[in-house]
Amino acid sequence: MFAYCADPATLDTLPWLSCFLTTGVHFAFYAAFIKVVLLLAITAPVALAFGFAGAMTARSRILPVSWLGKGYISIVRGVPDIAFFLFFVIALDQGFEYLRHVVLCPDWDQPVRQGNDFLVCPAAKLPLGTAPEWQHEFYGFFLAVITFALVFGAFAANVLYGAMRSVPRGQMETAEAYGMSRRQAFWRIMVPQMWVYALPGLSNLWMVLVKATPLLFLLGVEDIVYWARELGGTKTPRFTDYPHGDWRMWYFLALLVFYLAFTRVSEVLLERLNTRLSRGQSTITKRAGA
Amino acid sequence: MSCWETIADYGLRSIGIGERLLPRSDFTLCQQVTLIGSGMLWNIYFGVFALASGFFLATAVAVGKAARNRWIRKPSEWFIFLFRGSPLFIQFFFAYFLFLSLKSQFAFFDPFTAAWLGALIVLFLNTAAYSGEIFYGAYRAIPRGEVEAADAYGLSGWARFRRIIWPTMLRLAWPAYTNEAIFLFHATTLVFFSGFPAWQQRGDALYYASYFADKTFNPFVPYPILAGFFILVTLCIVALFGWVNRRLNRHLPQEARPKMRFRMNLIR
Repeated sequence: MFAYCADPATLDTLPWLSCFLTTGVHFAFYAAFIKVVLLLAITAPVALAFGFAGAMTARSRILPVSWLGKGYISIVRGVPDIAFFLFFVIALDQGFEYLRHVVLCPDWDQPVRQGNDFLVCPAAKLPLGTAPEWQHEFYGFFLAVITFALVFGAFAANVLYGAMRSVPRGQMETAEAYGMSRRQAFWRIMVPQMWVYALPGLSNLWMVLVKATPLLFLLGVEDIVYWARELGGTKTPRFTDYPHGDWRMWYFLALLVFYLAFTRVSEVLLERLNTRLSRGQSTITKRAGA
Repeated sequence: MSCWETIADYGLRSIGIGERLLPRSDFTLCQQVTLIGSGMLWNIYFGVFALASGFFLATAVAVGKAARNRWIRKPSEWFIFLFRGSPLFIQFFFAYFLFLSLKSQFAFFDPFTAAWLGALIVLFLNTAAYSGEIFYGAYRAIPRGEVEAADAYGLSGWARFRRIIWPTMLRLAWPAYTNEAIFLFHATTLVFFSGFPAWQQRGDALYYASYFADKTFNPFVPYPILAGFFILVTLCIVALFGWVNRRLNRHLPQEARPKMRFRMNLIR
């Protein structure tokens, strides 16, 4: 990147490092950090929306609907999350392709599952075989976001469900006394008040979500873990101007520090938000996870 | 090939006993259940040993974090922060590559790059940090009266800790600790996805489950099998820890006994 980087072999340690850390692949590595932050920024609201829908479903007065919501909440608890990640990525992909297959190729007569293959008609492939590279990457990222949102939505639903039940009974009774319908009372009284009760659980969830982002690697996205493994591996002079030994340890140390800083900053910010939100509220801000 | 033969061939495949080659095609349900179940041996191995050893370090760290001396308190706080503040996945990777570069200099570190030891150490430290935080919270919640009563009886130092503080701390921490145990078992699935190689394809349950999912391109069979096994393990943990919980609380009147409440979201 710098002018003096023309012949790295002649440089001292410090300028060499400055050249090394500004090579093109390293910028891809830095861009991967943005990818992680982007994933968080998209997933958190989507997961919250999933969670809200889940909690509302679980509260439903129609029994089968409420079972659906409660089932969604509880299913993620007994099974390792990483199994869900690995499962959903393939399952969602096949689900989308199958739906498109049914819609786009109604006169396709062969079965979709043939032995060890999952075959849909070419028009139903996602993304299309002819699609440019960025569409494949985008689709992969999109699947990852949905997967994260599905899994963490279940956790969020559990937190919000608990928070809705923590809103003091008196508040809801007052709303009824004022003649509000069930729906009005829900939207005007319960929803504005539940956040204070939900915040400790949601902060916890945010931390968990941050710490789950390296799993993007398992979903096939080229994230920071991918790049750390790539860049850290031994490089011989034949293929690069910047030969070095096995530095993967240092790359992962950098990731470790990144995550420690990230969680620490989140912790401090969430703590502040919590004191701010509970100002004037007569709640015992308990560390309730659920 | 009957299902019994499959079990005889693959039941202990994950620890290297039985048929060397994994099935390559025409997977039967029996094969999938057997191999994934055989992989569970690793999950149980990691979970049991990490929990059992982590328990003692957790106690030490919890007491250390509550200590007045800052030379004891600060390292404990940092230890807990380091392992709770970063993803376990990254810890595995870092530890693996650390052991790898240590191995190239000292022959002593040779076994550390294998999952059975290296990953176990990471899990041990990780669960010690998480349980240490739980125990620390319980330590601070010990009723003052109990400690004062111990003082009044002339108990001090080790005797007071061993007979009053420690049992009460465990009693208070137990429901949360049960949860930690459950999530530790879930975390063991990360081992073979994070650098540590599955030598001769001897992997854990998730390793085999994803093997089948990759080969058959059908996630709807192996992952539910895996889920079934894990739910089974979770139920066993709940039963075992529930029994310990009842024992820890047996001196309390019936209504004062804390119910086991299961919280979640502790994925690392």
